[in-house]
Amino acid sequence: MRPISMERVEQTRQAILDIIESPVLTHEQKLTNLANQADSLMEVLALPEGLEEYLDPVPGKQCICDLFEGHAPMRPRYIIPDYDKFFANGSEFLQLSPPTDFFEAINDLLILYKHVPSVTNYPVFVGALDKLLDPFLQGMDDATVKKHLKLFLTHIDRTVLDSFSHADLGPEATRAGRLLLEAERELELAVPNFTLKYDPDITPDDFAIEAVKTCLRSAKPSFANHKMFRAELGDDYVIASCYNGLLCGGGSYTLCRLILGNIAKRAENIRDFRENVLPKVMDLQACYMDARVKFIVEESGFFENHFLSREGLIHRERFTGMYGLVGLADAVNILLEKEGVDGRFGHSAQADQLGVDIMEQINAFNQAHPAPYCEATGGHYLLHAQVGIAQDQGITPGTRIPIGEEPDTLYDHLENCSLFHKYFPSGTGDIFPMEMTAGKNPQYILDIVKGAFQKDLRYLSFHDKDSDVIRITGYLVKRSEIEKYQKGKRVLQNTTQLGAGAVRNGRVLERKVR
Amino acid sequence: MPRKFPVNQIIPFSCVDGPGNRTAVFLQGCNIDCRYCHNPETRNLCVHCGACVEKCPAQALYLQDGQIKFRPEACVRCDTCIHVCPRGASPRIREMDAAEIFAEIRKYVPYIRGVTVSGGECTLYPELLAPLFTLCREAGLHTLLDSNGMVPYASMPEVMAVTDGVMLDIKAYDPAVHRRVTGADNRQVLQNAAYLADAGKLEEIRTVIVPGLTDDAATIQGIANFLRPHMDIAALRYKLIAFRRNGVREAYRHYPQPDSAHMEALRQCAWRAGFRQIVVT
Repeated sequence: MRPISMERVEQTRQAILDIIESPVLTHEQKLTNLANQADSLMEVLALPEGLEEYLDPVPGKQCICDLFEGHAPMRPRYIIPDYDKFFANGSEFLQLSPPTDFFEAINDLLILYKHVPSVTNYPVFVGALDKLLDPFLQGMDDATVKKHLKLFLTHIDRTVLDSFSHADLGPEATRAGRLLLEAERELELAVPNFTLKYDPDITPDDFAIEAVKTCLRSAKPSFANHKMFRAELGDDYVIASCYNGLLCGGGSYTLCRLILGNIAKRAENIRDFRENVLPKVMDLQACYMDARVKFIVEESGFFENHFLSREGLIHRERFTGMYGLVGLADAVNILLEKEGVDGRFGHSAQADQLGVDIMEQINAFNQAHPAPYCEATGGHYLLHAQVGIAQDQGITPGTRIPIGEEPDTLYDHLENCSLFHKYFPSGTGDIFPMEMTAGKNPQYILDIVKGAFQKDLRYLSFHDKDSDVIRITGYLVKRSEIEKYQKGKRVLQNTTQLGAGAVRNGRVLERKVR
Repeated sequence: MPRKFPVNQIIPFSCVDGPGNRTAVFLQGCNIDCRYCHNPETRNLCVHCGACVEKCPAQALYLQDGQIKFRPEACVRCDTCIHVCPRGASPRIREMDAAEIFAEIRKYVPYIRGVTVSGGECTLYPELLAPLFTLCREAGLHTLLDSNGMVPYASMPEVMAVTDGVMLDIKAYDPAVHRRVTGADNRQVLQNAAYLADAGKLEEIRTVIVPGLTDDAATIQGIANFLRPHMDIAALRYKLIAFRRNGVREAYRHYPQPDSAHMEALRQCAWRAGFRQIVVT
């Protein structure tokens, strides 16, 4: 453990006092923030030389961001328990036998959720709920099931206080799936997020239409390209947190992101960017992630001691790391400007081609970098188009087109997305607020999803432009809760604060309505 | 050289021109004059008088060899040209043949399930519709017409052979009311409705509801009685469209917009008449 300065200790003490005295943080939020402050005093990771200059969180200059994972990670960032196994075996640590009916099943899940850590301290994945619960519905009428599903979902919303939490549906239609969609439509909750794994060859149209109707009420589920994810990750993948494709019974140790716009600012021109600046920063981020992964696996003791691991609900061998990036559009626009070339990302073939070239380069780098303890994904990290954080200003999420610059037609927008979604097995996605008229024709949205998935799009989210639950960047927040927070009131869910920041800094309420 | 036709606009993705996602092609020119027309600039063809050219604030229009030319990239969509046109036309028209229109539509596959051609009045151009829909059908696209029914469909079998369905306006059942609304008789409209019903190609019928202009209860009942011998009207989608003032010419803006209670009463009227697929919008 390396020493730190007293100045840093004093700064941290002041930060701790600010947290303790905060009028807006709830008790749980204070505990989390205090733990982060304690962790920030640690210096135990074997950091690559030269990293600090690029990691320094100076707005407009930071090139690598570790997304608040802390200085001594004591658990993987995203943990995906094998809930099927939990139902099959119960849990010795939690003193639970396998559930024998619907009521035991949902009660057992609610208990387990309180013991699944992740970077948020809440479960980022709450299960493929339709498949988990459907076997228990025999002999029960729809009204009773729905009543209990609503209680179950409300319980999650009020106790999993962070909307980086995801449930999956599909691709098969099930009775439980239909009732979950109906319940979500009536409840309009922010947590959990939902994704429908959609495959037109498996998912019946009427089930997919139910999903469209629900997403136009409550901004979820999103639609995941099941064929694509399955081809890359196999049958046992899940969508967790925002939209992260990960392996069931595994997860991701870490997620760091390249801030491509700021990296481009350091380059003289396209050539300098591609030959010198980008390769150096890519390598630093990869080595930094390697250090984090090694600490979690070799030092933290997590996998040896946590009951999820000891009881086989997660396996170290099913984990990987997510190599993230933001601001592809920013980088392209900055580089073209430096070259004196007209044209902006999303609006010119030349700009989009530069974006593709950069992605090919990042992909090739990642495929050549041996990542420790990532045998689950071929010994390499998975690329991830990160959606941004509340503090981001002038940083465009992942490979998205900046808000305010969306092409006139949805067609042109989707065509741009189709160039980039394929690079990101561990997640990317685009968000489209829709006019109510689309709600009268849900087939309209399903047709777009079907076409998009034929064109290599991976993940699409829609919501009604006027709905209360809205998608901020990947996660969901209630507009009404943001308004409460903006008035200085305490709010239950951590992500409401992040949403308020993103509204202010990221203009997320100003997306082009389709 | 293949014949060209006046295209007002092509909307890549439309959620309001038939089932699912469709590309909607709007042709220029109409054969009737509905008072409540909300895009009256699609009725007439430009005669290249040039009145709009100097009024255009974006210099998107210019005269060349007596023809008005349009530069879409400069247009700011302020609609000044439409407002100053003495003929109720638009200079922002592209002359296109079937292959050119289809080339644009083809880009939108596989996002779209079909194509709807509207207007103006699309059936003024059967020489375009037949080859265009033939190309669409070959690409697996569903084909719909959005029509006022004033041209006899039986006279254009080559169009109907490649048309999956027609969304037909029946603006009034009483000929006198139809004349009041549109300036034209409705005998042909009803003949077409029967023709489509018999052929299984009546996709939907629509009536615009304008209190003080249309006689809606009588129209709904009249259509039900008229169509019943030809088809199961319970399976026919009937769209009742509330009059809205946007786009309507000044002279006809005084008509009141029906409220939701009025529309709900008409929905019930349609239900009693035997319709079951009733859409109020």
